[in-house]
Amino acid sequence: MPVKRYLRQRFFPQLWCAGCGHGQIMASLIRAIEELGLQKNNVVVVSGIGCSSRMPGYLDFHTLHTLHGRALAFATGVKMGRPELNVIVPMGDGDASAIGGNHLIHAARRNINITAIVMNNNIYGMTGGQSSPTTPVAAKSTTAPLGNIDPAFDLVELAKGAGASFVARSTTYHSKEMQNMFVKAINHKGFSFVEVLTQCPTYYGRKNEGVSPTEMMKKFATTTTSIGSPKKKENPELIERGVFVDQERTEYASSYCEMINQMRKQK
Amino acid sequence: MKRSNVATQKFIQGNEAVVEGALYAGLGFYAGYPITPSTEIAEQLAEKLPARGGKFIQMEDEIASMCAIIGAALTGQKTMTATSGPGFSLMQEALGYAVMAEVPCVVVNVQRTGPSTGIATTVAQADVMQARWGTHGDHAIIALTASNLQDLFRITVEAFNMAETYRTPVILLIDEVVGHMREKLTIPAPGEYQVVDRLLTSVPSGIDYHPYLPREDGRLPMSDFGGVHRYNVTGLIHDMWGFPSTDPAVAYNLIHHLVDKIENMELEIARYQEFFTEDAEILLISYGSSARSALQVVEDRRKQGVKMGLLELNTLWPFPAEAVRRNSAGKNYILVVEMNMGQIYQEVKKAVQNPERVYLANRFDGIFISHNDIGKVLNLIQGKGV
Repeated sequence: MPVKRYLRQRFFPQLWCAGCGHGQIMASLIRAIEELGLQKNNVVVVSGIGCSSRMPGYLDFHTLHTLHGRALAFATGVKMGRPELNVIVPMGDGDASAIGGNHLIHAARRNINITAIVMNNNIYGMTGGQSSPTTPVAAKSTTAPLGNIDPAFDLVELAKGAGASFVARSTTYHSKEMQNMFVKAINHKGFSFVEVLTQCPTYYGRKNEGVSPTEMMKKFATTTTSIGSPKKKENPELIERGVFVDQERTEYASSYCEMINQMRKQK
Repeated sequence: MKRSNVATQKFIQGNEAVVEGALYAGLGFYAGYPITPSTEIAEQLAEKLPARGGKFIQMEDEIASMCAIIGAALTGQKTMTATSGPGFSLMQEALGYAVMAEVPCVVVNVQRTGPSTGIATTVAQADVMQARWGTHGDHAIIALTASNLQDLFRITVEAFNMAETYRTPVILLIDEVVGHMREKLTIPAPGEYQVVDRLLTSVPSGIDYHPYLPREDGRLPMSDFGGVHRYNVTGLIHDMWGFPSTDPAVAYNLIHHLVDKIENMELEIARYQEFFTEDAEILLISYGSSARSALQVVEDRRKQGVKMGLLELNTLWPFPAEAVRRNSAGKNYILVVEMNMGQIYQEVKKAVQNPERVYLANRFDGIFISHNDIGKVLNLIQGKGV
């Protein structure tokens, strides 16, 4: 499948470090969009600030690179402005759950038909390796030189608690699974949330794992397991992958359009 | 809701006049968050917008509101948000984004007493400099105001027109007194006031469209998200494709463009009204609700044979320096009337030839400045004591 057809090659080379997982996620997203047969003109990709948020610039869709944490707020305006467009929002872990945490929970609460993808590498990469809300306890960062004492968010639990009607998790090691989840998430009528565990060899890996990017990625095979797998009972530390929530619930933009139609009938 | 084809009269408050003006101008999307004294704008639009096929959303905060109107504007909608001091502070980052990405939208700030939470229910005009410089970095901005509902309606329509013409956020900087004051408003028939629609690109599908390459006249025709041209929008310094750049030449040209497209248009953007200025020996300069008291002073003193005039500013930014300079020339003295510690007063001093002749009559305690307050300052200047 020609991934290049969806790239703005004029702006290459991209700025991600060698071994970064973000390119893998971008490739899976492109394959999902190809699989869904979406027209390029019907796709809007909205991002915030950070390494992950540079993705839209490379993609040949309508692309909006906004402010740190605010991608979902901009995306809400886009979706309300033209509900027929597919709105996809790639974010980083800090972008989505620290500065943008409020917008995340409210987009989930409204159940607006937007697909949020959180590329979780447990660190702020663009600014040089500071702790994020998903940095594990005891992990080192430039702002936690002796080890992090802040408890981490479980983003899947956060999205579930806020009412997202589609919640899933995958990793860069499981690219086909990730692609399938993107397909389901984009198809889902309502707010869909996909967390992708990804590797930051430059900042997180160097301080904490001391292994090659490939080794970091391969670790996702052993540190995660599918939902419902017996492995989880043996080792409760394993992180579950799969679709956690897939519900039908009233979607925000379409129910607003319905209200407009009702008001017009009454007049 | 049927739109009337003739002018209609209403007895309403200023915030409602903003709503009527916005609807007249073609508002399609509003995002906001409740805050005194601007909330009536949101409440009215929650009802009136969907009835006309438009959309209203109550966002989780003012940051999100500002971001949402930018997102919706890129899909082709005319958009607006409204707030007051604390909310306006929260909007500053995204306001700068709209400046940088050149996204037309209107931001209403119904000024209340500050700083911080201040006094939520009382009047002030102390956000004049925040409107100019609230967001970071070199930039230019348009800020408009009015003292009565008829002017407020007209200036609201103009705010949308200027946002489209110059591809910029426009700040409608009114104050609590104007926002909550009730008086008669005549809503003109459709077509009576000019409404500027979005300038769209004529570049056809399949041909390279450069979203950030200004035409010779400085304007940038747009292409809506969902249309045939796919391009990038960013708050970073960007090239003609909208793609991020750190090239010094690109940065220099972009910042110059953002400032020049507004600052060079001072004469086109300047809106002001001259009352009895022709033969005036004393000139009052005021704006917003303060201008009502200033006008009363002028009318009272004229009856006593004093040659006094008023220059009422409806454009605050870019500062209408030419109008101020021209009207101030040859006057014995100039008295700026405003409800802050001298924010426009300083601008007037910069603009006129004899800054030592410029005085200030002001209040900043939450109480509306009256003709008596202004009269006391006039007496002081004239050596008559208080």
